[in-house]
Amino acid sequence: MREGANPYDLGTARCCQLLRTQALVQALKEGGYDAAFGGARRDEERSRAKERVFSFRDRNGHWDPKTQRPELWSIYNGRVDPGESMRIFPLSNWTEADVWRYIEMENIPVAPLYFAKAREVVVRGGTLILAESGVKLLPGEKPERVMCRLRTLGCTPCSGAIRSQADTVEKIIAELREFRRSERENRVIDHDQDGSMELKKREGYF
Amino acid sequence: MSATADVSARPLPLAHFLRKPGERSMLRVSTAGSVDDGKSTLIGRLLHDTRSVYEDQLEAVRKSPVNRAGGAVDLSLLTDGLRAEREQGITIDVAYRYFSTPRRTFILADTPGHEQYTPNMATGASTADVAVILVDARKGLLAQSRRHAFIAALLGVRELVVAVNKMDLVGYSREVFEQIRADFLALEPKMRGARLAFIPVSALEGDNVVERSVRMPWYEGPPLLEHLEAIEPEGETSAAPLRFPVQYVIRPHDGFRGFAGRIEAGRVRPGDAVVELPSGRRTRVARIVTFDGDLEEAVAPMSVTLVLEDEIDVSRGSMLASAEQPPQFSRRLEAHTVWMSTELLDAGRTYLLRHGPHEVQARPLAVRHAVDITTLDPRPAASLGWSEIGLVLWETAKPLAFDLYSELRQNGAFIVIDPQTNRTIAAAMIEAAAEDPYAARRAAPQPFRAARLTPAERSMRSGHTGALILADAHSAAAQGLERRLFEHGADVVLLDAPVAPLEPLLRAGLLVIAPRSSVSAGFPVLALPPQEQAGDAEALVKAAMRELRERGILADRDQFNAGEGI
Repeated sequence: MREGANPYDLGTARCCQLLRTQALVQALKEGGYDAAFGGARRDEERSRAKERVFSFRDRNGHWDPKTQRPELWSIYNGRVDPGESMRIFPLSNWTEADVWRYIEMENIPVAPLYFAKAREVVVRGGTLILAESGVKLLPGEKPERVMCRLRTLGCTPCSGAIRSQADTVEKIIAELREFRRSERENRVIDHDQDGSMELKKREGYF
Repeated sequence: MSATADVSARPLPLAHFLRKPGERSMLRVSTAGSVDDGKSTLIGRLLHDTRSVYEDQLEAVRKSPVNRAGGAVDLSLLTDGLRAEREQGITIDVAYRYFSTPRRTFILADTPGHEQYTPNMATGASTADVAVILVDARKGLLAQSRRHAFIAALLGVRELVVAVNKMDLVGYSREVFEQIRADFLALEPKMRGARLAFIPVSALEGDNVVERSVRMPWYEGPPLLEHLEAIEPEGETSAAPLRFPVQYVIRPHDGFRGFAGRIEAGRVRPGDAVVELPSGRRTRVARIVTFDGDLEEAVAPMSVTLVLEDEIDVSRGSMLASAEQPPQFSRRLEAHTVWMSTELLDAGRTYLLRHGPHEVQARPLAVRHAVDITTLDPRPAASLGWSEIGLVLWETAKPLAFDLYSELRQNGAFIVIDPQTNRTIAAAMIEAAAEDPYAARRAAPQPFRAARLTPAERSMRSGHTGALILADAHSAAAQGLERRLFEHGADVVLLDAPVAPLEPLLRAGLLVIAPRSSVSAGFPVLALPPQEQAGDAEALVKAAMRELRERGILADRDQFNAGEGI
C-alpha cells in the first residue's frame, strides 16, 4: 500500500494478489492460526460451488481442489499438521437471499454502501465506479449522480455499484427477486481471465 | 438449581430460519452421471427454465470457446466449475447449486458418475432427500445408473427418481421408456425400500424437465420439477430420540456446570430423563441454556448448553441420550464402508474414527464382504481399495454410542481418518452392533460386594480361560501365536525362560506361552509341535487357534477370526 499498489498500474490480477491474497496469507502465517472463518458461499461463483465447508490449505496457504477432503453428512475433518490450516465457511449453503432474510430477521446493522443513495459515479463499460474511490478519469469521462448501491463489497475501484432504488432491507429483498444479473458480476477481478477465481483461490485468496 | 430461569419467548432462531415461512420447505437433491448422460445439461435446463441462471452467467456461457452441445447454448457449462473440467469435459468434484421455485427451495449436489468417483456420489447422497438417477434412453440401463441408485439407497436416500434422458434421440418412444422402467424395477429388491419414480425427459429440448412435454402424451405423470416440488422429505430429525454428543464442559464458576454441543437428533425439554454414556447413569435435564436466555425446548440441529439435575461425570466424548430410547453402545460394529483412499484398507492398522464431534482410535478387524457395485451382490474380499464399498467389522478403542444408519442417519454414520496424512479415507454407515467381548468391563456400576472373583467372571470378560501353551519362545510359531492372540483381544504373555510356579499367572486368566519344561498346575495345556516337524509357522498358528477354540479355551464369540479371513 505504501508503494501505491493499484490496479491501474499493476493490473487487477497482480494488484489483487499483492494486496489481498499475499497479505492474508502472511497475516494468517504470522498469527500461527489453525483455522480462519470466512463468509464465502457456494452460490457466488462457479469454483466456489465446489468449495468445502472445511477447506484445507497447505503450508503456503494454497488451495488445491485435488487435496480437499470429502465431506459427508455434517462430519468435518479439521485435522491439520503444524503450518497447515483450514478455511472454514459456515455459510457455504446460504444464498444471497438467505443472507438478507437473516439480516432482516435478526435486525443486523450493515454498511451503508449496501443501501441505495444518490452517489457520484463514473460509468465505464456498464460498470458504475464510485467517484469517491479516487478513480482516475479517462478522456471524455465525467462523474454523474446516480441512485445506486453496492451489491457486494470488495476493493474499489474493482467493485462496481448497481443502479437501484433499494434503500431498506425489505426493498433489497424485493429487489433480489427481480434480479437477472449475478451478485459478483461487478467484481472486475472475477472476470480478468477464464477461471480467475479458481486461480486466485489456489494462491490462497479467501 | 432451579428447573428453568428467564425462559425466553423468542422463536427458535436457527431452526426457524432454515425452515422458511410458508410452503417453502427445502429439498436436497443429488444427481450423478457423466457428461454423456446429459446430466449437466439437465441441471443447466433446470436452472435455466426456473430462471435461476443470471443473464451475465448465460452470456459468459454463450461466449465460451468451449461448446460440447453443438449449435445451441451448452447448458452443461453452467455447472462445470473448474477449469480442468471445462477443458476435459468432465465433472471431477461435487458441486452444489441452489435454486428455488415459488413452492420450494432446492439444494442440488451435482456429482460425477464415473466408476472411480463413487466417493463423490456417496458425498452427494449423504445429505440428499432425493436422488435423480440419469439413464440415457439410447443405451438403456447401464452399470453407472445402477451404481448410483445403489449408492443412493445405501446412503439412506428414500426417494429415487429415474430420469430417462435423451428421449428426443429415440423418437420419444414409449417402448424404450417402458423397457428401461422394467429393467430398473427388477433391481427394486436391492434398493432398501426407497421409492421409485420414472420420468421420460429430454434435457436438451426441455421436455418434462420444467414444462410438460407435448411430444410424449402417453406419459401421464408430472415433469421432473413438479415431481420434486411435491416430494415430502424424510421425517424430522427432531422426532427422533435425543442424541446430544457433548463437545465442551462449561464451568465458569463452582455454581454452574453445563454441557455444550449440538443436538444431532431429537428434542429436549427441562425434566426429560437422559442417560449418560459411557457411564450408563441416568438423570434429568434441569435447564437448556443459550446466550439469549433459557429455552423451554430445543430441537435438532440447534447448538445449546444443557444443565443436568445430578452431578454426574460428563466430559467431552460423552453422549447424553434419551433414557427411554438409548443408543447402542459397543466397541465393535459392522458398517458399510466406502473406501476413498488409493491405499488399501489395512486390517493391521489403527485409524481414527470420527463419529459426530468425537474421534476415537479404531481398527478394521475384517472385511465381511465387498459389494459389487454393478451387480449389487456381495463378493468375498480381503481388503478394500479406492472407490470400493464393503461391509467391515470395526473395533474402537473406546465404546461408541451409536444408532443403526437405517434407523437414525445422524448418529449412525462415521468417517475414517488416516492419522498419518490427516486425510478422510473412508465413510461408513453402521449396519449392526457386533458382539463386544469387552462388554462386561463396562457394565453399569454394581453395588458393593465382598465376594471372590470367579474364573467364569474372568473368562466372561477376557473371552478365554487361563491355559499353558508349550513352545520355544524363539520360534516363529510362538511369536506369531502371541501376536495373533493379542490381535484377537486375548491376554497373552510369551515367556523366554521357565517360570515356577506358573499358577498365579494362569489363575489370573492369562494364556501363557512358555518353554516345554513348564508345569501346567492343573490348567489346560497345549503343545505346539516342533517347527521342523510340522510345516510353516503360519499353519502352526492357525492349527493352534483352531485347537484353542475347539477345546473351549478361547470362546468363539463371533465367527470372526482376524487371522483366518472369513
